[in-house]
This record gives sequence, C-alpha cells and structure tokens, in this order.
Amino acid sequence: MAGEWNRLGSTRAWIRRVLIEPVTSGLATGEQERSEVSQGRCARAVLLSLFTLALGYCGLFCPSSFAQESPYIVTYDHYLEEPGSLEVEYFSTFGTQRGGNDFHAYWVEFEYGVKAWWTTEVYLDGQTTFNDSTLFTGFRFENRFRPLKQEHFINPVIYVEYEQINGADKILKEVEGHDIESDEAESNASLRQEHAHELEFKLLLSKSFKGWNVAVNPLFTKNLSPSEPWEFGYAVGASRPLALKAVPNRCNFCRENFIAGVEMYGGLGDAKSPGLHETSHYLAPVVAWNLPSGWTLRLSPGFGLNDNSHRFLLRWGVSREFSGFGEMVGRLFGGRP
Amino acid sequence: MKNRTMVLRAASILAFMMASNFLGTPFPAYAQMNGPTAAKKHKWSYAALNKVPEKARARMNPLENDPDAQAAGGKLFEQHCAECHGRKAEGGRRGPSLRAREVQEATSGEIFWVLTNGIVRHGMPDWSKLPEPERWQIVRFIQCFRVSGALQAPPAQR
Repeated sequence: MAGEWNRLGSTRAWIRRVLIEPVTSGLATGEQERSEVSQGRCARAVLLSLFTLALGYCGLFCPSSFAQESPYIVTYDHYLEEPGSLEVEYFSTFGTQRGGNDFHAYWVEFEYGVKAWWTTEVYLDGQTTFNDSTLFTGFRFENRFRPLKQEHFINPVIYVEYEQINGADKILKEVEGHDIESDEAESNASLRQEHAHELEFKLLLSKSFKGWNVAVNPLFTKNLSPSEPWEFGYAVGASRPLALKAVPNRCNFCRENFIAGVEMYGGLGDAKSPGLHETSHYLAPVVAWNLPSGWTLRLSPGFGLNDNSHRFLLRWGVSREFSGFGEMVGRLFGGRP
Repeated sequence: MKNRTMVLRAASILAFMMASNFLGTPFPAYAQMNGPTAAKKHKWSYAALNKVPEKARARMNPLENDPDAQAAGGKLFEQHCAECHGRKAEGGRRGPSLRAREVQEATSGEIFWVLTNGIVRHGMPDWSKLPEPERWQIVRFIQCFRVSGALQAPPAQR
C-alpha cells in the first residue's frame, strides 16, 4: 500500500515537473499572471475533461463503429458524418515560433451527423505557449450541407462556421487573409485582448477517383466588426488508401486501414489587398490509421513555405466514432425505446 | 470572466446540437420495427433500385470470381453497413432488409450504384469514400444470400 502511494506520489511529481512547471516557469511574479496560469490550467483541464467525459459517456451507451476517416486535418472532402453518429476528436498542433515562444495548441471537436446531408460540429480551442501561459481561446460552431443528392463529377458541400475566438488562438485550423507567423509572437496576455467574432464560408469541392480523393476548399471569412474586410484563403489535399481491396480477416495493420496524402493551405489576402503578399502557406504530408475498434489516429508534419510561415507544425489527432448517439439522446428525452 | 462566458456559450451550442439531434433525427428504434410499418418506411429504399441509370445497371462485378471477395465484403459490411441494416443484412435500426427480393434480384450494377450514391435525402449516406474494389466486395457479400437460398419477401408481404 505504502509502495503504491509512493509510486502515485512520484507520478504526480513527474507530471508537475514535466507538464506544469515548464508552462508556469516564465510567470514567477504578479498576481494577475498567477491568476492567468490558474485559468489556463483550468481551461486545459476543462478541454481534456470534456474529451474524456464524452468518450466515457458514449463508450458506455453507444456502440463504436469503424470509421473510414480521411487523413486531412485542415482540408475537407465532401463526406459527411453518418446520420445519428457522433465523432469525438482531439487534435494537437505543436508549432515553432521565431521571435517568440513555441506553442502547443489543441482543440476538442464534437461532430454529429444530423442527416445524411447535414453535419454539425462544435470546437473548443485552447493553447499553451511555452514559458508563457495556457488558456482557453474560444469556440467554433460549424455546419456542413450537401446540396446534391447523388455523386457527381465534382461534389460540392457548403460550409458555414461561426467562431468566437481571441487573438491567442493558435490552432491554425485554417489560414486566411494576411495571417503570418509574427502575429503570434506576442505574449498571451497581449494577444488575448483581441477578440474576433467571425463568419466563415467554405465551398468544399471534392472528387474520388480510382481510390484517390482530391479536395479543394476556397474560404471566405468576414469578421463581424464592420471595419474588417473579407479575408480569403484556400486548402487543397489529395489522399489515397495504401490498399484498395480489403483482406478477409479483421486486422489492425492491414494496408487498407492506412490512408496517406498531402495537403497545402494558406492565405490569399483580403478584399482591400488581395494576393499572396504578406501571407503564409504550408505543405503537410498527412496519414490516418483507421483501427477496427473505432479509433482513428492522424499525424501530419507541416512545413512553412515562405518566411511569413511558422517553420514547422506537428499535428496529431485521435478520434472515435460512436454510432446510435442520436437514438441514445432521443431515449434520454423520452423517445420510444 | 470572458473564458467563463465563452465556455457557457460553447455549452449552449452543444445543448443545441443535442436538441437538433433530438428533433432532427429519426430516432425511433427501427431495429424493433418490422411488418407493414417497416415496409412503408423502407419503400423508398427499394424504389431507389429502379432509378439506377441503364449504363450503371449493366455494370458487371469485376470481383465476381475473386474467392476472397465475399469474406472481405462481409467484414466491410459489418464495419460500415450492419449498424443500419443488421449484422446479417436482415434489416436494422434505420435500414431495410437487404435479403428482400427487390435487392436480391437486383443486378450487381444496381446495388453498386445505390451504394456509391446513397439515398441521401432518406438517410443513407453515399459510400464512395470506400475505394471501388471495396464497394464491389460489399456487393458480392450482399448477393451471397441469393446463393444460400435465404431470399425473403419484404416484411409487408410476409
């Protein structure tokens, strides 16, 4: 018993030394800074708790289902969530920062298939800037609508998102307008003073052919503040499973479970000054591993393509799909068993 | 304080999603649904087979003689289709029986076309995200009930 207690104690010390102290070391003085650290820890704890709670709850009450997820992290193809299914996702982005501290930004995503032609999602974002602080940076509410009933040569999906984030948001889920690396070099305390309420529209164009998927997403963003112009950006991606035919046995390491590809994304300026000047662009190989147990793992090292871009972004994510979530919630509200 | 407000707003959106799910999803358990109700509900599924374009209808299954196709199709069916159509294609929570005469008498091309395009307005997603050979493997599995003599009439005709 005593040995067990000592072991737990040393684990707590390790967690404090490795995970908490590096974040808090730069904030030795000041009541306000201490308060920010406390709020930051709270934000991270809230995000991780939400992810764990959602997984635990759905794991208990909904069967998991095998997901054939695309490997993209920024680009969208035209496939929506299956109706009634909930996908719970956690993503991380580690980014290098010239003229400032490197950061680790993360988000939790709940993706639900309302209909076969309508998927709705909510994101909760947070970030840790090393030697600075950790904070909750905002939320996004996204809907994707598929207007056409059948597969066509090119398949369009309309994407509408409302986001309420602060300037310290660094998840880089999309790059738009004149977003550049130096925007994020300031301290969190300064960045968080800026607030953005934005509407974002994307046209998701995608095509699958001979196992390949090619997707192109032009994006248009409007900050709801009247003085802000429309901003533009893009994301393009191509991917393919490592095998096109399934093998008869259930396996984790079959080639069919791996999808590899590449995506590229960046800003295209704004309505006042469109073009490529003062914009950042990234190229990122991507790989997804769809496990038969219902889990999907994604990994993507990204490389900045010009001097305005972060030199390196390492993204990874874990997600799990739960089928029958809609029916489970229906029963909670008194639906027929 | 602002963090707290944002968390509260995000929580409201989650609640909205749950509510929209409650209102917008056909949640009654179709697994328990059979007889005339199921037949009426799933009439559109079988009708979709009649809307397949002539060119697609005539397509042959390139994996017809592949000895592994049926077993691999069974695995894929369990992973992607059984949730709605039942583990043995007998009909499930949201999807109709695929052992019904309408499906078993359909050509490989017709089943492949419905699988590829889905019946999006009636809840069946398109499965073109699966590579074409995998879709043919599923078609091969669905048609195995024809051979095993498990052909069934749709629930209403029973």
